[in-house]
Amino acid sequence: MDLTINHFLAVSAILFTIGVVGIFVNRKNIIVILMAIELILLSVNINLVAFSVFSGTIAGQIFAMLVLTVAAAEAAVGLAILVVYFRNRGDIAVERVDLMKG
Amino acid sequence: MELIAFYIFAAIVTVSALAVVAARNPVHSVLWLILAFFTSAGLLVLIGAEFLAMLLVVVYVGAVAVLFLFVVMMLDVDFVELKQGFLSYLPFGALIGIAFIAEIALAGFARGSGNMAQFDASPGAETNTEAIGQVMYTDYFLLFQLAGLILLVAMIGAIVLTLRHKPGVKRQNIAKQTARRRRDATEAVQVEPGKGL
Repeated sequence: MDLTINHFLAVSAILFTIGVVGIFVNRKNIIVILMAIELILLSVNINLVAFSVFSGTIAGQIFAMLVLTVAAAEAAVGLAILVVYFRNRGDIAVERVDLMKG
Repeated sequence: MELIAFYIFAAIVTVSALAVVAARNPVHSVLWLILAFFTSAGLLVLIGAEFLAMLLVVVYVGAVAVLFLFVVMMLDVDFVELKQGFLSYLPFGALIGIAFIAEIALAGFARGSGNMAQFDASPGAETNTEAIGQVMYTDYFLLFQLAGLILLVAMIGAIVLTLRHKPGVKRQNIAKQTARRRRDATEAVQVEPGKGL
């Protein structure tokens, strides 16, 4: 039995599911939520590269690179917001984020 | 041989991803995340996508994970308190997860296995990097520039968000220094003998 695209799609599906479940079980810890989002984006990248390689077209790898760019930008801005929030409030508990409530 | 390597990498990715969401200490979470990124880079090398694999190591491990580590260590938070409620959220989370994986599996089975076993990571070129380079600056040039713009905006945004103006900090003002003349700084005083100023 050879390496097929199904193997990679299975790994990617498992990673995606772990990421989604991670968001639900770590509802209080926004840092781990951000890490779970990174896992989801990683699974998307594996999917794109697998489709690209097994179909013999290069476009998927370009798109994976763009996803990588957006993931890096998202992590930078998200963590910057986190740092500013921590500076203003002194903690980062997601439950107590209700400043915008009137 | 490839299949054995694939299963090893896949097992490590799955275990480390589970550890990311289950670890008590966020620092451990970040370290597991680094392992997950590194191993998935190995998965990509396995099918010949070397450029993306190296990009994954450089961008994710070198930049994103280090940024996470930096922020986790900088913030002085009681992480034990944040971990509470993990078990109470677990049934709901597991339910969502099972629903997700079932839907994905259903879609896969309904579609039928395409069974694409032939892989070619560098169509029309010698190496993978060459194949990407041939289209990145021609066909996808606008997307490439857009990616650069996104990174620029993110960089400026992060700097603007975290920049803090402290009042009372003395800074050097070169224009003010060079504009200073002698008459602004000195005063000629006629001192009478026997008296102080």
